[in-house]
Amino acid sequence: MNNHPFTHLDALESEAIHIMREVAAECANPVLLFSGGKDSIVLLRLAEKAFRPGRFPFPLMHIDTEHNFPEVIEFRDRRVKELGERLIVRSMEDSIKKGRVVLRSETQSRNAFQSVTLLDAIAEFKFDACIGGARRDEEKARAKERIFSFRDEFGQWDPKNQRPELWDLYNTRTHSGENIRVFPISNWTELDVWEYISRENLEVPEIYFAHTREVIRRAAGLLPVSHLVQPQAGEKIEQMTVRFRTVGDMSCTCPVESDAANVDEIIAETAMTRITERGATRMDDQTSDASMELRKKEGYF
Amino acid sequence: MSAIEKISFDQTGLLRFITAGSVDDGKSTLIGRLLHDSKSIFEDQLTSITNTTRKRGSEGVDLSLLTDGLQAEREQGITIDVAYRYFATPKRKFIIADTPGHEQYTRNMVTGASTANLAIILIDARKGVLTQSRRHAYLASLVGIPHLVVAINKMDLVDYSQSVFERICKDFAAFAENLNLHNITYIPMSALNGDMVVERGDHLNWYQNSTLMDLLENVSIEDDINREDFRFPVQWVCRPQTKELHDFRGYMGRIESGSIRVGDNVTLLPSGLTSRIKEILRYEGPISQANAPQSITLTIEDHLDISRGDMLVKTGDAPQVSKAFDAMLCWLSEQPLDPSRKYLVKHTTRTVKAVISRIDYRVDVNTLDHQTVSTLNMNDIAHVGLKVQSPIVCDEYARNRATGCFIVIDESSNNTVAAGMISPA
Repeated sequence: MNNHPFTHLDALESEAIHIMREVAAECANPVLLFSGGKDSIVLLRLAEKAFRPGRFPFPLMHIDTEHNFPEVIEFRDRRVKELGERLIVRSMEDSIKKGRVVLRSETQSRNAFQSVTLLDAIAEFKFDACIGGARRDEEKARAKERIFSFRDEFGQWDPKNQRPELWDLYNTRTHSGENIRVFPISNWTELDVWEYISRENLEVPEIYFAHTREVIRRAAGLLPVSHLVQPQAGEKIEQMTVRFRTVGDMSCTCPVESDAANVDEIIAETAMTRITERGATRMDDQTSDASMELRKKEGYF
Repeated sequence: MSAIEKISFDQTGLLRFITAGSVDDGKSTLIGRLLHDSKSIFEDQLTSITNTTRKRGSEGVDLSLLTDGLQAEREQGITIDVAYRYFATPKRKFIIADTPGHEQYTRNMVTGASTANLAIILIDARKGVLTQSRRHAYLASLVGIPHLVVAINKMDLVDYSQSVFERICKDFAAFAENLNLHNITYIPMSALNGDMVVERGDHLNWYQNSTLMDLLENVSIEDDINREDFRFPVQWVCRPQTKELHDFRGYMGRIESGSIRVGDNVTLLPSGLTSRIKEILRYEGPISQANAPQSITLTIEDHLDISRGDMLVKTGDAPQVSKAFDAMLCWLSEQPLDPSRKYLVKHTTRTVKAVISRIDYRVDVNTLDHQTVSTLNMNDIAHVGLKVQSPIVCDEYARNRATGCFIVIDESSNNTVAAGMISPA
């Protein structure tokens, strides 16, 4: 007979499963946002744990910036096929063609504009709940956001007017046209996510592991060289051993120098790291003290 | 077949706590100290708050800036209800519900306390037990927080005096006697200098008990959940209706309290029909026993009509099935209670129409006096009677937090307007 403690991962997992089942039961038309990134990979495992042997009571959706790392898209499609679930892809290119998104240049970061495509997709499918992989430890605006985060008909988050959230009793009610964003792994940290990936033996895209890549140094970070990022005057291309801590828009997602080549080494590195995940990897979060807060007010994830 | 494994909950790896106190009591400094000394503050966060401190014309690092985040708050110099912070030691992971101390405090503390295992009430050693300390103690007892730490802070400003500490302990204990508070631990400390927070320091050698961190890491929270009464509100019914699983009916939910084994006799409420547990399923496979707070899937021997909102309990250990009950209600909304209106009550997985049929009295959270009122405003706490359209399956909050709590929703605005705790009839 084994006697093992109820670990923090067991507690977090049970909470997340409970949250997902509440969404399925109380929302008329939910969707799970799946990007191929590590947090949404964890969400998929939690959905399996919540609903198997049944099918997921919601489709998956990816808001595609078309500035993705090809490895991530390949992984996304393979994982969806393995699960036998339905994936909706809505691309920012459509929003650009329709004139809903106007970019200053082809290579500009598209992260902020995802909100437009996301809100269009919510309207198109009449989704009343979007399950996402955001965590409160990522950023200070997130730290104050509810697990069930209410958005008005413009998709806006009003931090001063949030519904109180007590015990595990979630208020899922919306009026027509409004929606809620639900974050089942709100209480997880970056380290918890990697420990869970290890425990569950989950596959993640290769770019999370150390590899040799052409990068340039810009501002405080490194940027991966691609058709979107080319050296400017005074910058030079370097070969470095790096990995990504988040996967997002190729034009603004910075890799970090690392030799961590497998999940256990990433856990060791994450436990020791001294820089927050977004601080290290997202140039769009460094533009001001309130970048995330402003984006969320406009309907961001 | 079933994996036989016993899960021990005495060293549960996740502890949630709340800190009660104002900035003046050194609350932000204490949180900053816990994060800093457990190496949970990141360099970019430190850089950011150092920059902000300098921008405001101060020197050094103001650790309280770690806990006020949003632009809206910085502009107005206020803090918005609850922020959650995370840190971990090799022994445990911790979630802090950090609630600000301004006038909306009751609502915020009740919200943060609702999921907490433990509360830290901060007292300034120079000021002793104040009205607000009494308020914090009352709210902790109202929400039934299982463990209470009274942190007597700023000991450096009273020369680390043992007699000051002992006098404050005595004052607090005298007040707490009238409240339903157990497991009170008193710790003298200086959050500013770090004495007795994570390190013992050199100044409080007369105090022999654990440091705050030591206590947070080791306090047993096994019995914070009711371990006796099996309560399983059905969240979701799984019917795959595939070829292989044509007749499969799995009842999915989280065990809110107690435990269950394959073969146990169970009663379905509110109907009262009975059956036996056939399987306990997890994604990983079947198990023979499960405990709160695990999320599981149950199958039963008989074909009963079971849907969301029903509750499975062990036969012979039934909760109340009730259409009228009494409760302590904390009003959360800026819109006052309208006693003539119907509201929605969400209790476990069941949502029913309700009226607040009586307001017996309102509690003055500073004096604990009872007052007669005809409505409830934001931050009011009152003893009330409720009537619901169809029965709920409940326990007294004092016996079972999970099946004794409910929220009240305004059907027209969809806002959560009150939090309730079921009291003895």
